[in-house]
Amino acid sequence: MLRYLIKRILLMVPLLLGITVICFFVMHLAPGKPTDLQTQMNPKASAEMKQRLMKLYELDKPVHLQYWSWLKKLSRGDLGTSFSSDHRPVADKILERLPITITINVLSLLIIIAIAVPIGVLSAVHQDSLFDKITAVIVFIGFAVPTFWLALLLMIFFGIHLGWLPISGLRSLNYEYLSTWGQLTDLARHLILPVFISAFGGLAGLSRYMRANMLEVIRQDYILTARAKGLSERQVIYRHALRNALLPAITILGLSIPGLIGGSVIFETIFAIPGMGQLFYMSVMARDYPVVMGILLIGAILTLAGNLIADVSYAIADPRIRIS
Amino acid sequence: MTFWEMFYKNKLALTGFAIVVALFVISIFAPWIAPYDPGAIDLKQVLESPSAEHWFGTDQLGRDVLSRMIWGARISLKVGFVATGLAILIGMVLGAIAGYYGGWIDTLIMRFVDIMLCFPAFFLILAVIAFLEPSIWNIMLVIGLTGWMGVTRLVRADFISLRERDFVRAARAIGAGDLRIIFLHILPNALASILVAATLGIAGAILTESALSFLGIGVQPPTPSWGNILTAGKDNIDIAWWLSLYPGLAILITVVGYNLLGEGIRDASDPRLKK
Repeated sequence: MLRYLIKRILLMVPLLLGITVICFFVMHLAPGKPTDLQTQMNPKASAEMKQRLMKLYELDKPVHLQYWSWLKKLSRGDLGTSFSSDHRPVADKILERLPITITINVLSLLIIIAIAVPIGVLSAVHQDSLFDKITAVIVFIGFAVPTFWLALLLMIFFGIHLGWLPISGLRSLNYEYLSTWGQLTDLARHLILPVFISAFGGLAGLSRYMRANMLEVIRQDYILTARAKGLSERQVIYRHALRNALLPAITILGLSIPGLIGGSVIFETIFAIPGMGQLFYMSVMARDYPVVMGILLIGAILTLAGNLIADVSYAIADPRIRIS
Repeated sequence: MTFWEMFYKNKLALTGFAIVVALFVISIFAPWIAPYDPGAIDLKQVLESPSAEHWFGTDQLGRDVLSRMIWGARISLKVGFVATGLAILIGMVLGAIAGYYGGWIDTLIMRFVDIMLCFPAFFLILAVIAFLEPSIWNIMLVIGLTGWMGVTRLVRADFISLRERDFVRAARAIGAGDLRIIFLHILPNALASILVAATLGIAGAILTESALSFLGIGVQPPTPSWGNILTAGKDNIDIAWWLSLYPGLAILITVVGYNLLGEGIRDASDPRLKK
């Protein structure tokens, strides 16, 4: 097991290097430089000043040399300094926002599991029942709904029409004056819509996947054996079938992580949540290369880590894989 | 049963087909169908709610939302087809090479697929689009360039299972070259799964385009697109619900249409479902 883990982690290194090479070159070869944005509003900016800025940001060197120096800094754990006017270290800027994004994504993963697994199991066990048909329609529509549109509708309905939930930010204006309990409920109220929206995309996929798995599993011989032994239907479904159907779903959860992280750009922008996705959007708009590179790198690491955790838990859960 | 008989019996697939055809008709005849000029600004009728005059209301510049949505159908159709076409082309060529030749070239291509698959695609799309000038052509290009990996895997798998079949050996025995075998003998057998991937891909591309336009880095105003009407909806969220409701509904119906069509084609071409 340990050897497998080490091998997997070592394999991640070339993959990560490949990702950074692609990102770096695509970004730097694209027309338009950060210095254009910073100088175009200033009529006094001369060509010479632009050159000085380019030199300051090391943008005057060939791309491969820039990449090399980025990589050297990275090996010391340094992600560089932001181009924006605060000139703060990229790592600081990202780290202060990462917990928010991770919290929302973990919460939505939990919600996805809590809702999608029972739906998938029930619709497989009661195949072609009314419940199965209704959930099939909902799941099908769930695949097609643009999440940002759903977010808008929920904001209009719950936020404006009913006035039940806040529609932007993480804290109310009077947050400082609330009791600890009040602060917690305030935070929770702000999180309901973003977490639901972020979970929504994964719900349809996982419940459909669970249903398909379950349908396959309950046709296996060992289920027939369990029934033949005289076990109750409950035991057959929840002890014997569910465990086996859950296994492949672990992988699907691992694979859904890039989608969740990518989606955080959209919902953090809509709900004005100060997370990594919002930082990414603002940095991309300002052509803040170091921050964009840093977030792409962290997004890739999170994705790879998610896949690794999925594979490892699969191996732990399934003895057949553990042995081979 | 033939493919067409299977497809014709599937009501859901026919519904999807009807939606797609309707979208084509709307796009082609947009100038004649749209009740108003989509760019006509009328500052006396700003943010009017839906009425007999303006079925879907007007936007912040007094433009007719229904007319803008009808012209927006053109944009999403264009983006969907061109972006998916590009993705299919890349995926088909790379998948065919990887699956047919195997060996080191297969390893190289599939490692590249792994790299492309393992970062949040939307992050990359956003970065590239924002660094290029946002325009409809760049969106098509970027969505296409980041969407070919699934097709590559699909085509490769088909090629691996087909390349040792007797009909391929026979073709090789009579002296057919690699290109001839790839394009005339193997590829036609993989067409059904490619067509399914293309149909579902168009739905995905339309969703991505609308999300990008919504964020302000897709189709740029004044050109109308479903995504950028929704941006106006967000800006006026507390006063103009119709700007948010209708364009999203159009996206939803379109994507449902393509998904139904794609799954219909899949079922109709699946030999296991034939009775």
